[in-house]
Formats: sequence, structure tokens, C-alpha cells
Amino acid sequence: MSELKQTFNSSLGKKLIMALTGLFLSVFLIVHLGGNLLLFSNDNGYSFNMYANFLTHFPPIEVIAYLLYLSIIVHAAYALILTINNRKARPVSYAVGTESPVSFSSKNMGLLGSILLLFIVIHMGDFWYQYKFTHNVGYKEYRTNVLTGERTVTAFTPEKPDFEHSMTYDGNTEITRVKDLHARVASSFSLLWYVVIYVIAMVALSFHLLHGFQSAFHTIGWVHRKYKPIYEFIGTWLFAVIIPLGFAAMPIVYYFQSLNK
Amino acid sequence: MSNANGTMNLTLKVWRQKNAQTAGKFVTYKAENISPDMSFLEMLDVVNESLILAKDEPIHFDHDCREGICGMCSLYINGRPHGPKRAITTCQLHMRSFSDGETITIEPWRAAAFPVVKDLATDRSAFDRIQQAGGYISVNTGGVPDANEIPIPKVIADEAFNSATCIQCGACVAACKNASAMLFTSAKITQLALLPQGQPERYRRVQSMVAQMDAEGFGSCTNTGACEAECPKEITLTNIARMNFDFFSAKLFREEEVHEVNHG
Repeated sequence: MSELKQTFNSSLGKKLIMALTGLFLSVFLIVHLGGNLLLFSNDNGYSFNMYANFLTHFPPIEVIAYLLYLSIIVHAAYALILTINNRKARPVSYAVGTESPVSFSSKNMGLLGSILLLFIVIHMGDFWYQYKFTHNVGYKEYRTNVLTGERTVTAFTPEKPDFEHSMTYDGNTEITRVKDLHARVASSFSLLWYVVIYVIAMVALSFHLLHGFQSAFHTIGWVHRKYKPIYEFIGTWLFAVIIPLGFAAMPIVYYFQSLNK
Repeated sequence: MSNANGTMNLTLKVWRQKNAQTAGKFVTYKAENISPDMSFLEMLDVVNESLILAKDEPIHFDHDCREGICGMCSLYINGRPHGPKRAITTCQLHMRSFSDGETITIEPWRAAAFPVVKDLATDRSAFDRIQQAGGYISVNTGGVPDANEIPIPKVIADEAFNSATCIQCGACVAACKNASAMLFTSAKITQLALLPQGQPERYRRVQSMVAQMDAEGFGSCTNTGACEAECPKEITLTNIARMNFDFFSAKLFREEEVHEVNHG
């Protein structure tokens, strides 16, 4: 067995893979939240649709996206391998469950992670898959007056079903035709059960990251009294509070908006 | 606490197992007229005396110094290694920590790497083999060196000494939801890795000891911290982070190899 293979097959090596993929996924969440805040821009989905189009047509982002999908798979697969090994390490369990003072999150990372994996499958199946691989997503045509900034929006049906997007000018009017992911998001988030799934998943995300983010630094071995408080603070407030709240706000706000229509 | 007579009556649910090959089961015993000032092991001694008088097999459990320093006693008491109190071993646990009439469940350490020898006694020689894999320094013997010949900063000396207080009892493994031996192994690595005398073998040691730890069938670390909470010597999780850092440095960035012949 080669030395590197041996390293990553050791118990610590497998944990390193968990830590690195986990941190990469955490960083992605910042970008994902930042981009999706465009859902709140109140412009009939113009900026959100343009953003979705950019993400799927800018090659470097596509490379990172596939790296991201790989990270999710590797993170989940190694979690499964480690869990099986850990179970084997204690074939006879205790009659009295642990009374040791430990956090809820750290004891339930596998459960929380499984909820998140299930959520990711639902989430990607509904938006990413539909956007990229089906013709189930409609189109919008935005006509923007370049001088005044006034914008009108109409539904648009392309002649060819493979149409992605176009930008043309008609005098002072900029005509943008783009896939309307925003409408799909709005219709999904008008369903109460769907919103409930999202909120549950974000609660799971919060608890998963409350332990996971700082635990990753621990696994890498970066525990220093000067830096530990910093990543503990970031792990708690940014990753376990702000990010899950931000994501949960989207289905909730869209649900209440749908009630008013 | 105790009843009106100043003593306690308890119900014990004790794991009885003939040997590693046969399946075990819980057996319920009454422990009566127990002084609250007895240690937990003395309480078991009293129960055992009555079992011997009744021509019954006494409950087997590990113990030695009964001063909290040898690491021999164990027992998973009501869901916690070494019982409900912080930073003590079972021999230092007194019956006043329980209340009259209470039911106490006593189990052996549960880990594939710690097979049950009999009843509550487990075979913890896996720890010895991890130590033998690299938990030492190679020095030439000779005249007694002068004290403080090698300068070591106080903070480093203190840290190394804290790690060195590990008594190898195995409570970390027993407490860990993954039956991981990382707290033990990392303490044994860190006590040497922090000091100048430990440097020549530092990166070989971490690789050999982690390899032995994996070979013994212990689980991995999820940074849950149950080990740290239950350790009678209050060894900290920081040791595990130090071990991880040294291990990854050794494996990914350094030249030191593990010598299979010498290091298992």
C-alpha cells in the first residue's frame, strides 16, 4: 500500500477527509446564501434568474460545482465508513446510555447529516436537476429601458426547447430572455409542507455546523488558545445562526407572500 | 444519602459473565447496611463477602492501589465511567454520592479492543501494545545528568506533565460513543512530543502508535469530548489535536518512516 493511501486509510486520515470536505461545504454555504439573497431583491426575479444563468454558464463555477457534488458524496460516504467502524469498535452496547455531559450536536452528527443529505437530494432534484436537465422550467422576458431603468416582465416561450438565454437591444430597450427559476422557487415555497421540510433541514444544518465547523479545526489539529475562540465564534454565530436563519427566511417569506396573492 | 440508621440499602444490577467466550447477563443483588463513607469498591467487597458465605461466585472487578493513581479500577456506573463524580477513579468514589434505596447499574468497559475477562474485569492490554509501539524515548544510560541541564519552558513542562498524568485506566474508551482510544494515545504521544528528549523519535512515534491504535480495533474521534469529561486525570482534548497535527505533519510533509520491524 502506498504511503499516501495508507495515510488516508488510517482513522485519522479518514477524519481529515471529513474535516476538509466539511470545511469546503461550509465555505460554499456562505456563497450560496449570498447569491440566494437575490431572492429578496423584489424585481420579479430578474437578478436571481440572471444569477442562476451565470452560475450554470460560467466554466470555473461549473468546475467548482462538480468539486462540490464530489465533496458531498465523499463526506457522506466517509461518514458511513467511519460510523460502521465505530459501531464495530463497540459490539456490545451499554445497558445504560451515556450520562456524560456532552453536546446534543456532537452525539447526533450522523442523524443530522442524514437529514441534510436527504434534504440535498430533494433540494437539488427540485431546482438543480429541473433547471439543467429538463424543460420543466419556464422563461421570462425582461425589457429594461437603459435610460430610465424601468423594467417590464412577460412570460416567454422559446421556439426551440433547448433555449437557454439571450440578450438583445431594441433601441434604448435591453431585452433579456432567461430561464425563470425564480417562478419555480416561488411556486415550491408556496406549499406549506415544502416550507416545513426546508425549515427542519435548516434546524438540522444549524446543529450540524454548531459542532462540525469547530470540530473540523480540531481534527486538522489547529487548536490554539489564540485561534480557537475565533473559529468557535464563527462556527456558532455565522454557521449555526446567521446562515441557517438566512436560508430558512427564504421559504418562510415566500410562503407568506404567496398567501397575500 | 443514608437512612435513619446512618446506612444505605441499595439494589445493584451487575454484569456477570463467566469468560470472554460465554454470553453475559445482568444479575440483581441487594447491598444492605452500606456505610456512606465506604468507597464503591469497598461496597462491592461487602457484597462479595456475602456471596462467598452463600457459596456463590464473587463479582470479579479490577482494582489495585485504591488511591486513585494506579489506573487499575474501572466500572461503568449508571452510564458513566468511574461513576457520577468528576476527575476521580471508582476507588475514590464514595457511597455518599448515591442515595438510599437507589438502583445502581454496573457494567464493564465496552469495547471490542477491551474483551471481558470475567464479569466486570476487561483485558486492557491493547493499551500496553500501543505504548510498546512507540511510547518511549531511546536514550543511552550513563551517569546521572544534572537537573535542569536541558532548559524547558515552564508552560511546556506543565503541559507535558498534564499529559503524563494519564493512568491508562481506559475511561476515555469506555466513555466515547465510538470506543475510541484517541485521548489515551494522544496523551502518551504528547507527553513526549512536547519535550526535547522526545524530539528524535517524535514523528516516527506518532505514526507507530496511531497504527497500533487502529490495529487494535478502536473507533475514531468525533470531538464529542465525553473522554475529557470522564477522564479521572482531566486529560484534555487538546492532546488529540496535537496528535492529529503531528500525525499529518509526519505523513504528509516529513521523511520519517515507520519501521515495521521495530514498531509492530
